[in-house]
Amino acid sequence: MTQLYPAMLGLSAALFAIGAMGLLRRRNPLVMIMCVELMLNAVNLTFVTFGNMLNDAAGQAIVFFVLVVAAAEVVVGLGIIVAISRRKPGATADDISVLRG
Amino acid sequence: MVNLIVFFVCAIICILGATGVVFSRNPVHSALSLVATLFGIAVLFVQMAAQFLAAVQVIVYTGAIVVLILFVIMLLGVDKEEDIDDEPLAGQRVSAYIVAGVTIVGLVVLLGLAGFNDANSNQRTGWGASTAALVTGDKSVTAPLSTSLATTRRGDVVENADPDNIKTLGRLLFTKYVFAFEVTGLLLTIAVVGAVVMARRPTDLVPQPDEPASMDDDFMADVEAESSGAH
Repeated sequence: MTQLYPAMLGLSAALFAIGAMGLLRRRNPLVMIMCVELMLNAVNLTFVTFGNMLNDAAGQAIVFFVLVVAAAEVVVGLGIIVAISRRKPGATADDISVLRG
Repeated sequence: MVNLIVFFVCAIICILGATGVVFSRNPVHSALSLVATLFGIAVLFVQMAAQFLAAVQVIVYTGAIVVLILFVIMLLGVDKEEDIDDEPLAGQRVSAYIVAGVTIVGLVVLLGLAGFNDANSNQRTGWGASTAALVTGDKSVTAPLSTSLATTRRGDVVENADPDNIKTLGRLLFTKYVFAFEVTGLLLTIAVVGAVVMARRPTDLVPQPDEPASMDDDFMADVEAESSGAH
């Protein structure tokens, strides 16, 4: 198992990079939120891997807080998207560059 | 050997799901690809003896967050193909690829440095430990993972896979990290209040002259027309 840790870290790096690329590339705000979730999950995988490497339970405990922050972020982000779509149906990230509603 | 096979299958599922999230033209397909990625990561959590986190991952992420995203997709009616080749901002795609490449190279170098050094050093002393500490910071164990995992790390026994995972985590959350736990509750309350405030139908919304009536009004007009037409 220990020899798999570098591969786990490489996988999480790849997931993070793919998520970052999607966040920069896509313009649909819903897909952008999904890409942020992808990046958060890559970081979760890194936390668990380092927690196992260092034999430290804090690596798993902090994943809880990441989960809660991710849930709160999705709730607020989707609220913003719904509020904006009520004003401008079919709005993309380019249309909402000015936060005046 | 089994570990290796499980890892490779999950890694392939994760990478394919992640590329599906980014490159799907349909947001619903993106959400379903995200589910695949989250399941792969959950299996990797099980592999690393974090069973409780794997369960929480499946329940919270795929059960709550992705379903919420799907609800909003259906509510807004954006579940149709979109043109992702359209590029209003010149050079956006190329710069996204460049940023992704730089990110993955940097992270692989950094994490690989820590990972390889730690995998090579079984004891937590010596050169490998100090180099890993260079990346992850000084080692200060808050609470060790269970002893069975420690024996697994030394390569003695592999059989009993960490029965006290939940107990260790719960004790840590309610003793050392209790303040962070309470702040987390506060954060969730603020998020709920904020979501309610933002998703509320605005009462003081003056219709602007240059835009047509809002989507809700159209929808209600359609409903009324249908109901009156039926009778």
